[in-house]
Amino acid sequence: MINYLSLLILQGATDSRVSSAWDGIKQPDLSKFLVIAALLFIIGVMGVLVRRNIIVIFMSIELILNAANLNFIAFSRYLFNTGSPNAIAGQVFTVFIIVVAAAEAAIGLGIVIALYRNRETIWVDEIDLLKW
Amino acid sequence: MMLSLILQQELARMQTTGGVGSPVTAYWPIMVFLVVAIIFPVLPIVLGRFLRPMMYSKTKARPYECGIDPKTEAHDRFTVRYYIVAMLFLIFDVETIFLLPWAIIFMGEDFTFTKFALLEMFIFIGILIVGYYYAWRKGALEWA
Amino acid sequence: MFLLLQANTTELYSLRDLMLIAPELILTVCGCVALVMEVVLPYRKSKWTAYFALVSIGLAAASLASLYFANRDLFPLDGFYGMLRIDGFAILFKAIFLIGAALTVAVSMRYLDVEGEQHGEYYALVLFATVGMMFLACGFDLISLYISLELMALTFYVLVAFTKREKRSNEAAMKYFLLGAFSSGILLYGMSLLYGVAGSTNLGEIGRSIGVALQPSVNELGMMTSGIPLRPLILLGVIALSAGLFFKISAVPFHMWAPDAYEGAPTPVTAFLSTGSKAASFALYLRIFTEALGGLRGTALDWAPLVAIVAAITILVGNWAAVTQENSKRLLAYSSISNAGYVLLGLVAGNSYGYIGIVIYLLVYTLMNIGAFGIIISLRRRGIIGDNVNDMAGLAQKAPGMAAMMAIFMLSLGGLPATGGFIGKYFLFGGLLQRGRLEEKSWYYWLAAWAIINTVVSFYYYVRFIKVMYLGERVADDRPLALSPALRAALVVSLIGVIIIGIYPQPFIDLAQKLITPLTAGALAFR
Repeated sequence: MINYLSLLILQGATDSRVSSAWDGIKQPDLSKFLVIAALLFIIGVMGVLVRRNIIVIFMSIELILNAANLNFIAFSRYLFNTGSPNAIAGQVFTVFIIVVAAAEAAIGLGIVIALYRNRETIWVDEIDLLKW
Repeated sequence: MMLSLILQQELARMQTTGGVGSPVTAYWPIMVFLVVAIIFPVLPIVLGRFLRPMMYSKTKARPYECGIDPKTEAHDRFTVRYYIVAMLFLIFDVETIFLLPWAIIFMGEDFTFTKFALLEMFIFIGILIVGYYYAWRKGALEWA
Repeated sequence: MFLLLQANTTELYSLRDLMLIAPELILTVCGCVALVMEVVLPYRKSKWTAYFALVSIGLAAASLASLYFANRDLFPLDGFYGMLRIDGFAILFKAIFLIGAALTVAVSMRYLDVEGEQHGEYYALVLFATVGMMFLACGFDLISLYISLELMALTFYVLVAFTKREKRSNEAAMKYFLLGAFSSGILLYGMSLLYGVAGSTNLGEIGRSIGVALQPSVNELGMMTSGIPLRPLILLGVIALSAGLFFKISAVPFHMWAPDAYEGAPTPVTAFLSTGSKAASFALYLRIFTEALGGLRGTALDWAPLVAIVAAITILVGNWAAVTQENSKRLLAYSSISNAGYVLLGLVAGNSYGYIGIVIYLLVYTLMNIGAFGIIISLRRRGIIGDNVNDMAGLAQKAPGMAAMMAIFMLSLGGLPATGGFIGKYFLFGGLLQRGRLEEKSWYYWLAAWAIINTVVSFYYYVRFIKVMYLGERVADDRPLALSPALRAALVVSLIGVIIIGIYPQPFIDLAQKLITPLTAGALAFR
């Protein structure tokens, strides 16, 4: 969505092409949402694999969850247009995911604090008591 | 210029279709709100820049005009004592998300449904209260 | 959401629905009460919470039994507008979880005293984790499955971190938490794609929709009306789901959290994690892959080869990595990884033999693994950690009974005939051979042979425990073992279970066959 708005602003500087971009916004295409969700998912996975700070890894996991959320909402909207009886399920699922993510965040931060009290670090490279 | 044109088009479209916008056009009020929200703080600052008298002196340039001069850097780590309260807030705040859809469908035409929904919400809040009571008795709400 | 749609036509709720989840309701209420007990009771009475937890598990088991005997001819029963399905499969797994939870509480009491962490929350968390597992066994909708999975996982993150002054426990919890949350995210992404393909979160509906999308009459890629090809989406969804679930059951290459989490966690939690959590993840795996994705068997999107390859690698890595371990908890963690590989074979087989094998193996595994960890728990005393293999030296002289029990658990884990482990492996491998004969494909035979060869390797490290106990040179220490009546009772119950299933398995096989039939029928209906 943000992509489209920026596109609109960029094209607003020129002239008549605005109307075509505007048409694109009025009928959002399912595949574009899926692509954005896939990008979010990939960014999240890369963040988990590459970053070394626990908090940043945790934020990347949240990105993955939000990719799934975006998928659910996009599919829900699409199914709503096709008249599917279960279209609302995706939105219900999203609400549950948000709540579970909050609970997960609280527990994760609790564990980080317990770890920090004992070890004085939140860098995963330095957490190496257990291996092999 | 562009914006007003689009708004006019959209207004005309909404009049013909009965006000039902597509998912993105439904966000126009928020866009307008955003513009107002930007103007509101920026305008007084800009106006003040031109209206206020300007008198610079060495005393005025110090961080605290009257008081003790800072001895150390401001970027220092300090204990966030309220982190447990913050974590509890995170959970209980997000749990209220379930109240929103509930509130929307609560008063339907079917009274049996209303009774059912009320009972459900009592059970839900009851579970939350058990957790709250536990946190309270454990001293999580104390300023430690 | 089904509720809202049908609110005007049918009744909103019925007592029958509540009866279907009576065991879970009992456990939930008792979990909340246990939480309140912790703050109300003084510290020295914390053990009351443990006895209360045992009683509530007993109540839940009684209610589960009455549920089964009242409805056994009516299975499967759908509840809450298709959110839950109570059938033999669900009942069987719930029974396994309750046994695991009761044994865990029994082995925990003394251990927590020794650790100085005797808190009521521990038992409340065990009860909540059990509730999550039980809903995982009977959930029939992606939403209910996800919520129950997270309920189980979140409580386990806390349980692993329970000894919060222990550095290893912190570290294990951190690793388990990060990888667990990561895998949940991947699983969820797969679920979202399945929802998009099927237009429903109900597993039965997903199964039907996928069947339609795969029909040859639907065009080449199974286009949606919006022009999005369905089959790649299904493939991506299946891969994401599999990856998430492989994490949960600790299959290679997603297994690295398991040894760390198992070693660092408090030992009773390790016992529960390796049995209850694993069995629950397998229940989820079986539900999704038979009910929703069973139709993919034998098509271009067949997942069986993927699962077969993962199972083969898991068996190999688990067994060979266990050989070099010195820490007994870590060794059993690798053994648990290899066992996940064996259980996956039952899914590859996908026939009644395989499913019976999965159920019996998970039941026996729960008993023998909690038994083995119970022995390790008894070695943990004030000032002695006792989780090294060599700490068992001379156990045969000091406590002959304990040593004999440990020996039987180890031989059963290896799969020696006349123990419960053998019966489970027999059915798992037999199912593979049966399937191979049916489909006339040789790779099933090769897979079974591979598993059997690696089972022989596993005897090396299981027998190592026995060697240390009976032939160990020195008595490692002469302090008495940390035994309590509850721990003894749990060990004896586990031992009796393992031996009875090993010597006289027929009633268990009959029961499993009867309860698993709907699952096989469901899987075969797609073919």
